[in-house]
Amino acid sequence: MRTVRFITWMSVLLALALTASAQDTAEETALERGKAVYDEWCIICHGENDPASGGGTAALEFLYQGALPAKLEDRSDMTPEFITELVRRGRFGMPNFRLTEISEQQLDNMIAYLRRNSGDVGDTNDSGD
Amino acid sequence: MAVPTGVSEQDWAAALEGFSAVVGSEWVFTEEEHTSLYHDVYSIYQGEPEDPVVPAAVAPYTAEEVQQCVRIANQYKIPIYPISTGKNLGYGGSAPVYSGSLVLDLKRMDRILNVDVEKATVLVEPGVTFYDIVDHFERNNIPLTLDMPDPAWGSLIGNALERGMGHTYSQHGRDRWSGHCGMEVVLPTGDMIRTGPGASGSDVLWQDQKYGIGPDVHGIFTQSNFGVITKMGFWIRPAHEGFRHARVHVPRFDDIHKLVALDTRLHNMEICNGMSVMASPLYGSVGPMLFMPPVTDPEHLALLEVRNGERPDPGPLAAYGERNRLAFWWLELKFHGPNSVTQAQWDYAKDLFSREIPGCWFEEYEPLEFPLSEEVKANLNTYGHVEMVNIGIPSLHRFAISMRNQFNPEPGVGHFWFAPMIPKTGEQILLAQEVLQKNCERLGIPLLAPYYSMMPLMWYPRAGIFLAGWNVHADPERNRRTREQYVELSQICADHGWTEYRAPAPLHDQIMRMSNGFNDHALLRFHETLKDAIDPNGILSAGRYGIWPRHLREESQG
Repeated sequence: MRTVRFITWMSVLLALALTASAQDTAEETALERGKAVYDEWCIICHGENDPASGGGTAALEFLYQGALPAKLEDRSDMTPEFITELVRRGRFGMPNFRLTEISEQQLDNMIAYLRRNSGDVGDTNDSGD
Repeated sequence: MAVPTGVSEQDWAAALEGFSAVVGSEWVFTEEEHTSLYHDVYSIYQGEPEDPVVPAAVAPYTAEEVQQCVRIANQYKIPIYPISTGKNLGYGGSAPVYSGSLVLDLKRMDRILNVDVEKATVLVEPGVTFYDIVDHFERNNIPLTLDMPDPAWGSLIGNALERGMGHTYSQHGRDRWSGHCGMEVVLPTGDMIRTGPGASGSDVLWQDQKYGIGPDVHGIFTQSNFGVITKMGFWIRPAHEGFRHARVHVPRFDDIHKLVALDTRLHNMEICNGMSVMASPLYGSVGPMLFMPPVTDPEHLALLEVRNGERPDPGPLAAYGERNRLAFWWLELKFHGPNSVTQAQWDYAKDLFSREIPGCWFEEYEPLEFPLSEEVKANLNTYGHVEMVNIGIPSLHRFAISMRNQFNPEPGVGHFWFAPMIPKTGEQILLAQEVLQKNCERLGIPLLAPYYSMMPLMWYPRAGIFLAGWNVHADPERNRRTREQYVELSQICADHGWTEYRAPAPLHDQIMRMSNGFNDHALLRFHETLKDAIDPNGILSAGRYGIWPRHLREESQG
């Protein structure tokens, strides 16, 4: 009986471990996919502030003056709604992106990637800046 | 759910069902949340009732699906507006001209169908971007290159159909349209044609030879609304071997005439094969594209003051230039090709300028060898070095110019372009500077710098373009005034024979009328004759470049 119970507990622990591992992998994959979307569409303006850039990082550096990170990947305060609004509506010189460019699923993955360091933050930035 | 202009709800429902059957319901967008994405974010009508509304968008995946969608639209007389990648920023974006049009979004058609390395040709679909092509070449080690527009995220086909321009070669380069070879077009009835030798049904010559036999129809599909282009070939170039650029400085105001004439001559001889650039250090030419620092010397600044729109006196400026070794004008020549060859071309050019313009001097830069070293790559797009767009490397560097920065702390919500073409002569450049400066002052048009310091872009071999970006704002009243200023200044230019090379979509009507006045707008009537014949139900891109179908013509002309 004890043996059976031991085996049962081991099975449960193994199952939990496998589930956690599967979740980790799934999350990792979502983040990787999100980063791939970011790299395809966003990084040309919002990557390094280099001479080939479209100027997004430089513009935010000028706007924030150090109050927030200029590189979006370094931010931890952006809400899903804020990211969605920027991607779908654009802002200042930034154009918007349609579903044929960035699908709903791709956007969700990208949001997960950009919020990977956010946790359940309460002081997220919806201010529009 | 919104319904397209002039369509019954019953027909609309039947058409949507048809579109879904063709492309799949997931690629038919009817919710406002999704259709509102087909909006020109740079619209000069934003927040106003005239800003176009899109009732639905359909995204086909193949040319056959395009055909079927167009047939459905034609059957139910649904106005449609095809877009390639929707990045025609500054000229209308992804929005239709005629409000209430369904957008046919071709972005999913992003296949590179053929690359011929030996002949340097490509065949692509409309959703293929410049980045896509370069990535494809790099991934597959294909030794080809192509000209780049300012921002490289747009469509090759879309850019060519807009007759967009780039910054590299004179042949099969800057003038995107001039490099086209072979098109597949879905007509507004749903019929499909192939052009040139492709019309035979064989594609063995399709990308090699532009003309088949009979009328050459290609041009009517640019800046127009006669067909949906589903495939298009381009002549491009073998990969770069070398690049050389050098400047010719001239000391006197009147040297501009000879300087411009010799540049044209060198291009017509194909001694020069890159895009020339001109500037005036003495008139204070400045700008991120020229990489020239602004004038700071108080003595020089005092000589540059513009009074009542008049050109600052060239005499004292020339004297200042002589004391400070500053040229009145410089011309930068660019040469693409093996450096041993371009050395000979540059030597010939130097000899020519030395003979024809006494007192000129030269400034030479280290020629580039390809493949570029990491050190050279790191310096591209920086002061004293080559711009990526000049050597066919995709970049958004020029796009960044309109972003928020120290020179532009409060950017607009978008921009559009004022771009009259002028004959490429010194006389016309000087006249255009004066006309533009005086009329901008009179109309209250804000200028970053006086027109006397600006020079036309030498995109074309025999014409220049005085390109200027105008900001769009969130304030409708400010935008209304901007539109009025734009139309009035364009009219003044048209009166001088300087018509726009391209125009923002919301102003197509006005620009087309003022630019085609000969014989009581006979050319516009010809366009309308074609439109009525090719598109009898008037479904395709109504109003694009001022061409309206019969049933909307009276309405559009007020």
